[in-house]
Amino acid sequence: MATFSESDSRRVVATAGVVVSGWAVAPDPAGAADEAARLGFPVAAKLCGPEIAHKTERGLVHLGLTSVAEVEAAATELLAAATPGDGDVELLVSTMVSGNRELIAGLVRDESFGPCVMLGIGGVLAEAVADVAFRLAPLDRGDAHDLIASLRTQALLGAFREEPAVDREALADTLCALGSLAHDQTIRSVDLNPLIISDGRPIAVDALVELADAT
Amino acid sequence: MSLDLTPLFEPRGVIVTGVSSHPGKFGFVTLHNILTCGFEGPVFAIGREAGTVLDQPVLASVDDVPAEAADLLVICTPVSVNEQILVSAAAKGVKAVFVAAGGYSESGPEGIAAEARLASLAARLGLVLAGPNGQGVVSTPVGLCAQIVAPYPPRGRIGVASQSGNLVSALLNMAEQTGIGVSRSVSAGNAASTSLIDYLEWLADDPETDVALCYIEGLPDGRAFFERVRHVSAEMPVVVIKGGATSGGQRAAASHTGSLASDDRIFTGMARQAGLLRASTIEAAFDAAATFATQPLPQGENVVVLTTAGGWGVIAADAVTAHPDLTLAALSDNLFASIDEMLPPRWSRNNPVDLAGGETRETIPDLLHLVAGHPDVDSIIQLGLGIQGNTAALTRNGPFYPDHGLERIVDFHERQENLYATAAAEASTANSKPILVASELATARPDNPMVTAVRDSGRLCYNSADRAVAALGHVVRYAAWRRGRT
Repeated sequence: MATFSESDSRRVVATAGVVVSGWAVAPDPAGAADEAARLGFPVAAKLCGPEIAHKTERGLVHLGLTSVAEVEAAATELLAAATPGDGDVELLVSTMVSGNRELIAGLVRDESFGPCVMLGIGGVLAEAVADVAFRLAPLDRGDAHDLIASLRTQALLGAFREEPAVDREALADTLCALGSLAHDQTIRSVDLNPLIISDGRPIAVDALVELADAT
Repeated sequence: MSLDLTPLFEPRGVIVTGVSSHPGKFGFVTLHNILTCGFEGPVFAIGREAGTVLDQPVLASVDDVPAEAADLLVICTPVSVNEQILVSAAAKGVKAVFVAAGGYSESGPEGIAAEARLASLAARLGLVLAGPNGQGVVSTPVGLCAQIVAPYPPRGRIGVASQSGNLVSALLNMAEQTGIGVSRSVSAGNAASTSLIDYLEWLADDPETDVALCYIEGLPDGRAFFERVRHVSAEMPVVVIKGGATSGGQRAAASHTGSLASDDRIFTGMARQAGLLRASTIEAAFDAAATFATQPLPQGENVVVLTTAGGWGVIAADAVTAHPDLTLAALSDNLFASIDEMLPPRWSRNNPVDLAGGETRETIPDLLHLVAGHPDVDSIIQLGLGIQGNTAALTRNGPFYPDHGLERIVDFHERQENLYATAAAEASTANSKPILVASELATARPDNPMVTAVRDSGRLCYNSADRAVAALGHVVRYAAWRRGRT
């Protein structure tokens, strides 16, 4: 399975219109610290490369870094964890996005129905809640709104723990943007996980683009 | 441009192959059913035994049929002879072929090859090819029952297309039971050339059909189905039963039709996007199709529950409230005031509009017209009818009838039931709003005068408030989907 690195994946989805958290890449710990200072703390630091798809499982994500020193230390650790199989790697720092709610969204290609946009409830209970719905891509705005309305857990989309209700127009923008990527036959799938709801608006804090097999 | 299936559903004449004198064989049964259900065109029986079957002369070959006399050929002969039969039939002016015979792709590699040859031959000859391995075709406007099983349904406005023949029978049985009839029905069989979407597209343009009811097990090209069926939905409602919604059902479907299973949640999303009305059971699917076939489309989601007694109304209010596409209407003071003038003060002053028992006079028809005419109301569920008719039945069959004044009261009760049911249909038509009458008497006592009157009005008496609400939900959703597209 060939994938884009997180940085390339972020470029692809952001160009399509998905709002992603502020981010930058750097070759070394000092560069990562500079970028972190420019973005503003706290930040996350991750090891980034085209062969790295499961960062969390491998401990390649450091969250909530609050100073230059913390970023440099984390970056040094990340580079040390790289294996030869990871190929060319770089460091990715991104703004920490705060919000109590997580969604997942993506683009998948079904053997029979072709490209589909997926939206689901994310977070640690995602699998148990299993609240996921699909629409065939590309989506018009009506389709996107209907997809949002299809989630069973509607209460989670309303005002929640001092946070405003999910901005359905902004979420529809994200879903339509994902759907627009269906035309790109080099893309097999897109995964935005998680899509954090921050002040009501969905922001992708990770992105993974899987590439179609070259034929 | 959809495939022209007119010769399949409205043939000038019909040829049946594989006719023998054995009344258990498909050829005999098909011939019998065509001759029995009122088809007026010429019918030609082809078989190996000379003589007559069912008083019909048996011809040795399709070559013996007069040219241009028949444009439908129903094949009940084995695989080995069918290609030659197709060639002969095309030469006689046949336009459509229904292959009831099996032994094709469902039976292994040789059958797969035979089916491919049959399909390409039909294409070369310009023949519409339905089946093979299908149960047959029914077309009530021309009295055609070219199928190997029962029943022949009453004429109506529902078009049935199915990937399973048994499901066709089940749905036609419901049509017979309820009196809500069918225009055309077809089982796609192996769908070598003509698939579900071809039937749906033709039905959308068919002046005899108002709603399609279809069973889907698998879609080899789901995307193409989606791109085409969304245009069908724009023309007419399409009610869908989808087999293989779970892993267990998917395994069964794979062995039944070789259907490849997609994630059911993708089918669900596709159905919503295309405006399809997906029902979870065949009963719910039939109820929904029957509602589209017999009720006007509502303008909105506001439902009033009218009931002669409390419990039914509460259950129905729960069902309406729980339904994502329906709203229990909030009623205006001016409607309350109008009802106050009509009813004794014990009525509920709420939605459900509960008459709180004992209404036997003309109040119910008057109330129906009043509520149906009010702008707060988009549709009505009417409950609690049939009580007087049920009482009348017990009385009429008891030992005291007709003395003690019983004949007169029985007549009164039965007359009133007829009045209520007729009023429901009249108020619905006059105001172009759905009014659904529900009662368990629909099946418990189908001879109840309310039930027979609903049936005589051309409408469905729903088995329960829950089933009426579910059916209404589909109709309201579809109306909203249509409005959203214009």
